[in-house]
Amino acid sequence: MENNELISKLKAIIKPYIQDEDAFKNLSEDTDFVKDLKINSANLVDIILDIEDEFDIRLENEDMEKMLDVKSAMAIVNTKLAG
Amino acid sequence: MNKKQIIALLPYQQPFLFVDGIDEISEHGITGHYTFKKNESFYKGHFKNNPITPGVILTECMAQIGLVCLGIYLLKDELNQTTNPKIALTSHQMDFYLPVLPEEKVTVISEKQVFRFHKLKCKVKLLNSKGELVARGDIAGMLMIK
Repeated sequence: MENNELISKLKAIIKPYIQDEDAFKNLSEDTDFVKDLKINSANLVDIILDIEDEFDIRLENEDMEKMLDVKSAMAIVNTKLAG
Repeated sequence: MNKKQIIALLPYQQPFLFVDGIDEISEHGITGHYTFKKNESFYKGHFKNNPITPGVILTECMAQIGLVCLGIYLLKDELNQTTNPKIALTSHQMDFYLPVLPEEKVTVISEKQVFRFHKLKCKVKLLNSKGELVARGDIAGMLMIK
């Protein structure tokens, strides 16, 4: 999937859960879910479940642990889609 | 893990323990009960000379039975008798229909919706002793073993 398309899909998934609007407006691959967007741990799980539904993939605990920022989320989704 | 062991692992005590017993428990849900004592601390202030159980306390009772007791059961393979689970309430949406007075027994019925990555989300109902619906809603929380 093209990076731009992937980022815009992720942005739509993340949007309902963010706490920091400015960080969300300036979202980039380096944006950290917890430090920048101030997402709480329960909503991070919601994001993981929404990513699973959107891309029809199954994520595991180790994926959750790695998924700290937009970049790592993109990498994990791409790996799962390729697999 | 039996019902008594689950209650023993709860991280609450008087005056903030709102679980008397568990009636049924499975991977899918839980039913439990609590009887509000005549002298619960909050009746003195809620309301002046007119004791009625606060909605937040009903929500707490629903969370302790519906989420925390069920969560301990679901985590039973990771828990032992000496490790307490770390818990946090993360969201709830609740509708209330009837008041609960001192000395009323309530029954909490909780159905698991999602339990993944340590987040437990349930649909929870609270009934009075006549079986009438007092409150219902969704409650979610995180449960971790540290």
